[in-house]
Amino acid sequence: MSRALGWLVVVGLVAGLVMGFGVAPREAAQGNVQRIMYLHVPSVLVAYLAFGVVLVASIAYLTTRREAADRIGHASAEVGVLFTGITIASGAIWGKPTWGTWWTWDARLTSVAVLFVMYLGYLLVRGMVDDRERAARYSAVVGIVAALDVPLVHFSVYWWRTLHQPPTMLKPGPSTMPGLFAATLMVNLAAFALVYVYLVTKRVRLLRREEEALA
Amino acid sequence: MDWFDTMMADFAVQVSGLKKFYAGRPVLTEVNLSIRPGEAVALLGANGAGKTTLLRILATLSRPSRGKAVIAGHDCVKQAERVRESVGFVAHGAWVYDDLTALENLTFWTTLSSRPADGEELRTALTAVDLDRFAHARVRTFSVGMKRRLALARLTLSRPRVILLDEPFAGLDQRAGKWVDEYLAAFKAAGGCVLLTTHSFGRGLGVADRIVILAGGGVVLDTPTATLSPDDVRRLYEAHAEDPT
Amino acid sequence: MYARRAWIVLWKDVLVERRSKEALNALFFFALLLLFIFQFTLGGDRERLAGALPGLLWLGFVLSGLVGLGRAFLTERDHDCWEGLLLSPGDKSAIYLGKLAGNLLLMLLVEAIMLVLFGVFFNIDLGRRLPALAGVVVLGTVGFAAVGTLFAAMTAQVRARELLFPVLLLPVLVPVLLGAVKATEAVLAGESLSGVMHWLKLLAAADIVYVAVGVLTFDAILEG
Repeated sequence: MSRALGWLVVVGLVAGLVMGFGVAPREAAQGNVQRIMYLHVPSVLVAYLAFGVVLVASIAYLTTRREAADRIGHASAEVGVLFTGITIASGAIWGKPTWGTWWTWDARLTSVAVLFVMYLGYLLVRGMVDDRERAARYSAVVGIVAALDVPLVHFSVYWWRTLHQPPTMLKPGPSTMPGLFAATLMVNLAAFALVYVYLVTKRVRLLRREEEALA
Repeated sequence: MDWFDTMMADFAVQVSGLKKFYAGRPVLTEVNLSIRPGEAVALLGANGAGKTTLLRILATLSRPSRGKAVIAGHDCVKQAERVRESVGFVAHGAWVYDDLTALENLTFWTTLSSRPADGEELRTALTAVDLDRFAHARVRTFSVGMKRRLALARLTLSRPRVILLDEPFAGLDQRAGKWVDEYLAAFKAAGGCVLLTTHSFGRGLGVADRIVILAGGGVVLDTPTATLSPDDVRRLYEAHAEDPT
Repeated sequence: MYARRAWIVLWKDVLVERRSKEALNALFFFALLLLFIFQFTLGGDRERLAGALPGLLWLGFVLSGLVGLGRAFLTERDHDCWEGLLLSPGDKSAIYLGKLAGNLLLMLLVEAIMLVLFGVFFNIDLGRRLPALAGVVVLGTVGFAAVGTLFAAMTAQVRARELLFPVLLLPVLVPVLLGAVKATEAVLAGESLSGVMHWLKLLAAADIVYVAVGVLTFDAILEG
């Protein structure tokens, strides 16, 4: 089954690339560098998906103490941090030619940066606590706190940025975008979601093998 | 499973098929042990044999990897809070706050355990352990023996049915050790159940009805002490306690 | 019984602190030191400093809060008291609330001292807006103490605690920090609180969320 999933991922990514570079039209104001949006936006959305899964898995682990919940939470956090890193990097690469700087304290980038550090903390707890069962419990608590903090971070950062400065955020979201832009975005989003599922499945399997090898 | 439950009710402590792994390493591989109310068992074994691990699982401080531990009819994992109501645990640390007095320490622990005691009861408990002269002294000034006695006073106030002790005679002089012996004998006579770990073949074995030797992750010997002298016990220990692997 | 148990934890912490006087003395000097450092690093320009005051104030609160909270569970490590807390039958969240109350009291005390010192050193009249200022400080500190107490318990038993504790706590506190600084800005500028209602609501929401999570997950942390 994972073989089929793997192929599906390849197909999805290829489709995404084709659409991103071939089919979608060149954006008027920003030029070709705008195409990085097809990497940036799906990445952040998948990161949110990943952290949502971490929340559910963390609650599940604390209530049931089933190791499968812990493995899923762990794997999802790792993949989520990966996608968050991609979001930040692609945001910076987009920002340099567009706004002339690698980093701005605009609301979305700042929120994502805070998110990144919060979940790095989750992984740090895993790494620094030796006892496996304790690490699972502690990181589950961190996962819950971080996830519940996300909306708070969003609002606070957004208000912080937009009440004293003109918004430097990107153009409005896909819903108001002309057809092909939106379609390309959707295709890439689907492809990235598949990558997420694939990576998490593989990682969970790896975690289970590690434990069996130790026991 | 009525007959099963009835059988279980005869035992204050019932351990079956207990396994415990730490980071993949097996510490307990197969432990089976039953203790009746009014019985005292001394747990012997080499360092690292798993005595403390077993005790901590029974005290609900740790979860077994597999198997069951039941105290007074409650499962140590699934009904941990009920177990904690019936179990008293005494290890190396005496659960004392150095900056508080003996009386204040007892007030704290009894209230936290939902069994607040009035001044009368606290005084009685301190008198029973011969510490009433030090009721208002800061625990920082207490010796090891005095702290251990304070721990036993705390224990009495919580009215446990089972007492688990990890090396209760360690660091105690003759007099304090004899004192603990008498305390445990009285507790046993009142119907309580005692499980203690010990390294010494003289003290502790005095109050024990049975000795259990742990080696290789399991119970290798479980025998009554009635007919054994301390020398017999030492010989048995040397014969069984060393891990064959 | 629950309230009584939470109270006895608070009682115990207050007694221990009053007798040992460890935390309050150290934190008082720390606050004084911070003020000097702010002066030296930011230069003597009173005008510029006055503008940055809300931020500096909360920076001071955060730094001293980190020190205070980081030590919150250290006394429990002696004599196996931590295990004693776990093995005492009853809802463990009462212990969390008792600890939270103790930490909150200590932090508010240090913050009050810091406010006085700031007022003196920077020659600011805080008196007029004191009730509003106090309200904002309490709202912010409750959230800080709530998640700080939870994470302090978590990291008390971990090696490299001094590193892990702030790394976990600070990102999560971003909303509280932003809200508190913005609201403090408004108060010190003499504006009415109605202008920053959204920030105050955010702070209140954060406080509720953090305390709720603390109450619900503390026993999983206490298990060690």
